[in-house]
Amino acid sequence: MQFIKDRFNYLFNSTKGLILVAIAMIAVTTAIWGMLSGPMAEMGVREVVIKLFNMDMLQAEREGRIIILYHSIAMAVVAIETYMITSLLKMKSFFKTAINAIITVGYILTMIFGMGFAYFGHNWAFHGVYIFGLSLIFFAGVLLVIALWPWSKEYYQPDNSYSRTKKGVDIERVAFFSTALTTVISALFGAIPGSFFGNGFEVFLAENVIRFPHKTTMQYAVIGHLHIMLALIAIMITLIIGRWLNFKGILHKISMPLMILGTIVLNLGVWGVATPLQPIAHQVIYTGATPSMVAALLLLIWSWNKLIKNGTRHLEKPKFGDKLKALIKDPLKFGPTWQMLFMNFTTSGLGIFMAVRLDEIFRVWPAREERIELTGHWHALSAIIATIILLYYGNIIGLKGKVRQLYGWGIILFSDIALAGVTAFEMKRLFITEAEQQPLVNGLMYAIDFGLGALLILLAIVMVWRLIDLFKKKGKWIIEKEQELSEEVVE
Amino acid sequence: MKKFIPILIFVTFLLTSCKPVDLNAPIPAFETGVNPDAWAQIPAGEFYFGQHNDIQTTDAYEIMVTDVTTAQYAAFLNQALADGYVKVDGDQVLGYYPGDDFHGVKHEEIIAEGDWLFIPLNDPAQRIKFDGEEFSSQPGYENHPMTMVTWFGAWGYCGYFDEHLPSELEWEKAARGSDTRPFPWGEEIKRENGNFYSSRDPFEDMRTFGSRTTPVGFYNGKTYDGYITLDSSSPYGLYDMAGNVWQWTGNVYEGMHYRFMRGGSKDTYDMDLRIWTRNNATPTYFSPGVGFRCVRNNND
Repeated sequence: MQFIKDRFNYLFNSTKGLILVAIAMIAVTTAIWGMLSGPMAEMGVREVVIKLFNMDMLQAEREGRIIILYHSIAMAVVAIETYMITSLLKMKSFFKTAINAIITVGYILTMIFGMGFAYFGHNWAFHGVYIFGLSLIFFAGVLLVIALWPWSKEYYQPDNSYSRTKKGVDIERVAFFSTALTTVISALFGAIPGSFFGNGFEVFLAENVIRFPHKTTMQYAVIGHLHIMLALIAIMITLIIGRWLNFKGILHKISMPLMILGTIVLNLGVWGVATPLQPIAHQVIYTGATPSMVAALLLLIWSWNKLIKNGTRHLEKPKFGDKLKALIKDPLKFGPTWQMLFMNFTTSGLGIFMAVRLDEIFRVWPAREERIELTGHWHALSAIIATIILLYYGNIIGLKGKVRQLYGWGIILFSDIALAGVTAFEMKRLFITEAEQQPLVNGLMYAIDFGLGALLILLAIVMVWRLIDLFKKKGKWIIEKEQELSEEVVE
Repeated sequence: MKKFIPILIFVTFLLTSCKPVDLNAPIPAFETGVNPDAWAQIPAGEFYFGQHNDIQTTDAYEIMVTDVTTAQYAAFLNQALADGYVKVDGDQVLGYYPGDDFHGVKHEEIIAEGDWLFIPLNDPAQRIKFDGEEFSSQPGYENHPMTMVTWFGAWGYCGYFDEHLPSELEWEKAARGSDTRPFPWGEEIKRENGNFYSSRDPFEDMRTFGSRTTPVGFYNGKTYDGYITLDSSSPYGLYDMAGNVWQWTGNVYEGMHYRFMRGGSKDTYDMDLRIWTRNNATPTYFSPGVGFRCVRNNND
């Protein structure tokens, strides 16, 4: 009994244990449900999985199932980011305990009962518990906003090398606070239309209504919600990585106000999509996205500069090769910001390119091609966020030496191969016709499947290792039980 | 050096993926026994429309049992060229369209009165050939659905015979009948029900040219050289209402220049073959995966 109690305490009562559980939940969900779509579907694996798990897959309910599936995964990601925040930032222990407990119960109920409802018959009690789980996560978000209140003197920043006001208010904490606050408000933009559409059982996927000239306010709210939630998750992980790497100095002082400004304006723009301001909402969104991206760029410049300086300190006149070697020496510290840069090729840059050439692309392509680009675009952004979390997680579990190199470079290379493949797949109509595309599609699919498959295998190895570790009397979990992420901030 | 070997293999593999596709690779010839000149009678009355089963009504009408074939389209072009209904301009066949009302809605484009592209002649995927005098179907493709045809080309074909493109309501009723089925033949989809992405039909080779069209009415329960199909007709006896080619529909919606397509195609996953799934494109769009069929009113 003590054996179980100790493990349970680690898994559900320590930051590192909670993160491990959430990653494991996502890994299991991804492994099983990933087999329901291509290329597993074509290979016949989907049918086997459906029969094996006795899934109930009515054709008319596909969109509803998908919505619950990605909400389930997203809630676990939100929980991971929350654990990281409560462990990295100062806050009252009551808040930390309450937030972690509530969000854990929330996301686990959301995942289990949501997926139970969506894929295993429609038990409406399950649906109720799923909604209850989402409500708990919302409540945990409200508590997090309160806990992050930056204008209490106890949270003032005494060190002048960080961004702060004259009085000492910690601007980085304001950035965390504003991101958390706008996340809670933006959640409502999904919750309200979700209740509205759910009441009539008429779900829809945003990418299927994108070309309709007349959309209802509720449809606009859903479109805004999905965009802003993903953007906010990305902004939050940028702040988390910045905190872990101990972002400071002049670039920190410029970056943090930009991040706050960007987050608020971006949110106002997206909320505006569901209001009479809709015609100018996109301009507001671009205005907000720019400072946010500049802020992330400043983090990248600062962190790469630091990695290079630290790695070449022993050299009097380091050459380009020495600098490059120093930069990529530790993939877990280099990787998160590299992935942010890579995101510009697969997501942001692509989005801007498409917007600039709107008349030659979206106005000419059939809706299905646009749908591929849209869904590929946010799948790529989600995957990048996931890899950044996994890179940080590699450091959290203390990977060292060759294992650290293999794990870090594995995540970077496998994911970047897959994402490059996805990007080329999305854009293929620019350089190949439908009739002639198959060999290219095959090549890209192999690259995507290889990248994602290898990434999942890497994750599976880590998960199995951590599972075995739990059975050890003096495993890593014993040490991790007491550790907090704030103690591991880079010096 | 050893480190670079896997990268070299990977890059070589990707480069070989870019080899050109033989668009005229040999194609199996099968007679399906389904008559492309046949029409099905659809009764007036209510039916379930869309994913959420809204109740809608249509008058009685007739709809083609199959998609328009390349042979039928070639015959039409010859007749229409002689009548001056279409004209050949360089590598294009053009025809008159009276234009759409323009409402100035965001992203809406003007579709003005004038000559519009019916079909391109210079695209290697085009199965209609023109020798300077006469149009003909590429041998082997006579009983395949007409593809590489714009919405104007589909609209012009139906209009020439005093018929019209089906509205989305007409199309869906003809595909679905009076119940709430997701596919024309019933509740579930198997590979032998229709031509969709990686459905492993005899016309497909995913290593090279990928998916190709199947002859109209191919999925009728017959066996072709050992390949067994399931009878996948709709409740009213229509074939290929799910898969093979997307089908242009006739609605012109206010504030939108896009035209809608139904039915999914050889290039889409099974989810796009669900009866209510919609696709749309600008009316000048043409593709090897887009065709059409016509509707006529009972008093036409």
